[in-house]
Amino acid sequence: MAALPNELEALTKAFSGHGIHEQALVSILGKWQPEERKSFRKGSPHFFVEDERNFERWDEHHVRLLKHEFVRFKNAVVLWTMHPWERDARLAKEALKKGPQYSYGILIEISCTRSAEELLGARRAYHSLFDHSLEEDVAHHINGSERKLLVALVSAYRYEGSKVNNDAAKSEAKTLFNAIKDANKRKPIDDEEVIRVLTTRSKPHLQALYKHYKEISGKNIDEDLNADLRLKETVQCICTPQKYFSQVLNTSLKRDVDKNTKKALTRVIVTRADTDMKEIKEEYNKLYGVSLSQKIEDTANGNYKDFLLTLIARGG
Amino acid sequence: MAASLVAPDTHSPTEDAEALRKAFKGWGTDEKAIISILGHRNEFQRKQIRQAYEELYQEDLIKRLESELSGDFEKAVYRWILDPADRDAVLANVAIKKAETDYHVIIEISCILSPEDLLAVRRAYHCRYKRSLEEDVAAHTSGDLRKLLVALVTAYRYAGHEINERLAKSEADILSDAIKDKAYNNEEVIRILSSRSKAQLIASFNRYRDEHGTSITKNLLGDSDVGTLQKALHAAIRCISDPRKYFEKTVRNAIKGNGTDEDALTRVIVTRAERDLKDIKELYYQRNSVSLDHAVAKETAGDYKAFLLTLLGKED
Repeated sequence: MAALPNELEALTKAFSGHGIHEQALVSILGKWQPEERKSFRKGSPHFFVEDERNFERWDEHHVRLLKHEFVRFKNAVVLWTMHPWERDARLAKEALKKGPQYSYGILIEISCTRSAEELLGARRAYHSLFDHSLEEDVAHHINGSERKLLVALVSAYRYEGSKVNNDAAKSEAKTLFNAIKDANKRKPIDDEEVIRVLTTRSKPHLQALYKHYKEISGKNIDEDLNADLRLKETVQCICTPQKYFSQVLNTSLKRDVDKNTKKALTRVIVTRADTDMKEIKEEYNKLYGVSLSQKIEDTANGNYKDFLLTLIARGG
Repeated sequence: MAASLVAPDTHSPTEDAEALRKAFKGWGTDEKAIISILGHRNEFQRKQIRQAYEELYQEDLIKRLESELSGDFEKAVYRWILDPADRDAVLANVAIKKAETDYHVIIEISCILSPEDLLAVRRAYHCRYKRSLEEDVAAHTSGDLRKLLVALVTAYRYAGHEINERLAKSEADILSDAIKDKAYNNEEVIRILSSRSKAQLIASFNRYRDEHGTSITKNLLGDSDVGTLQKALHAAIRCISDPRKYFEKTVRNAIKGNGTDEDALTRVIVTRAERDLKDIKELYYQRNSVSLDHAVAKETAGDYKAFLLTLLGKED
């Protein structure tokens, strides 16, 4: 007896997206006889290939993908239970192993959205876990213009008080405006004043600068930095973190994104659930017209989905 | 590590506070009493005396001392009475504010202190100046010197003793090439000196000496015109590998020739009296065939002289 089309569909969905719908697998797969399983194999060419020796073979690439999906819940749990210092240290280390496309963004995220003490804690944990300092590994693995930015960002121990020198913020907004205007002569990321301001000033100072910049330029500084992804991310993480996180979440929830982009979903939710998840949800809704929970409901599966939804529902 | 400070095992903070109060009363100040008390108390004892004085007289002892004393003597006592981390924050700020930043002070603090002690200075700096140490260093310096100094003050070096021999060799080679090519502002030089652990750096310096027969510091200075960056790199390497020798030279330079650099002399004596000033004195004697006490007595006068000699370990 062939498997029912709606069950086939349910099973395909159970294996796709973020995480695995464990219950569907148990209730559908568990009761299938050999005939039904055979029709599942024959009816799912994306999972099974027709082998030359006359049997339907699991596509190995897909089995590997499946492994990631099964383990997504476990990774979320382990990350959630970790001490935030260890968590950030491990995320940073993993990012360094993954190469520029993923590592730069994650390093910027960690160094700019955590408090000064949280970042310090992450650096301590990094010492314990990896017998090196975070900045030495970042400097060793990264070259070029981004190195200066990233090393400075992970080394920062910003003043956390509210006192701001408004005159300095204004004049530095002007400095950044000019640096961005002259981007054809020199990339802003190579401008030592840009780096100085973004990597050493306190967050309240930079937030004041953000406002002054808009008055000078008419646009927000991150909008003017479209040509310089890393500087843009830096400014967003410091000045508009909820917007930044909403964008990362939105990208991670798309279908057919690569595995590293998918991981951002777990990372952002686990690392922000205790901090500004409420504000991120609001911003997400504003930007995309749909609630984050709804989007997760539609895209994620099983225990993984339930876990994420529980995390973001905490605190309203 | 041998301290020169002579302090009793027990003291009564209350009695000391009362004695200091008595020294302030009436016409003039009894500087001798101040020297004989404060000059014989370690940092914990001095802290207790400040607390006792505050409780007894509802007055800040530090402010009182500032108003009662003057000149080089006042500067020395002021620095002495502060907590070490606070003191270094003050010294750093004074150095930064000079027309030309006194990079030696910044390098001493960032390269000689342990990673945790450097962090304590950064915190004290936040507290006192409502800005981060790195933001002030960056704002008052430029170019290559800025890159070096900011990297040094923001470092949070791994404090373990493990050494990677292969890395020591490859980084010794990088340093060697930079020196040979006189490319002192090479990004790699700053990366290595500001991010590697001290143990790893000393291994690299030893490796360099094994390969070249001379120490890296000797070759760094060479024989032609020496630029600021070169001198700064030289100081950094000295501070990392042999702080006592570095201080001996600082103090020797402060005293010799016409006039005395009181700032430097005070700084070394006040900051090292409870650490390794005795060792520095021995090195001084070996190098100059005259005791440091003798040299200081010849070049300074009055209460300032008496205070310095007390910290140097002179018995009353």
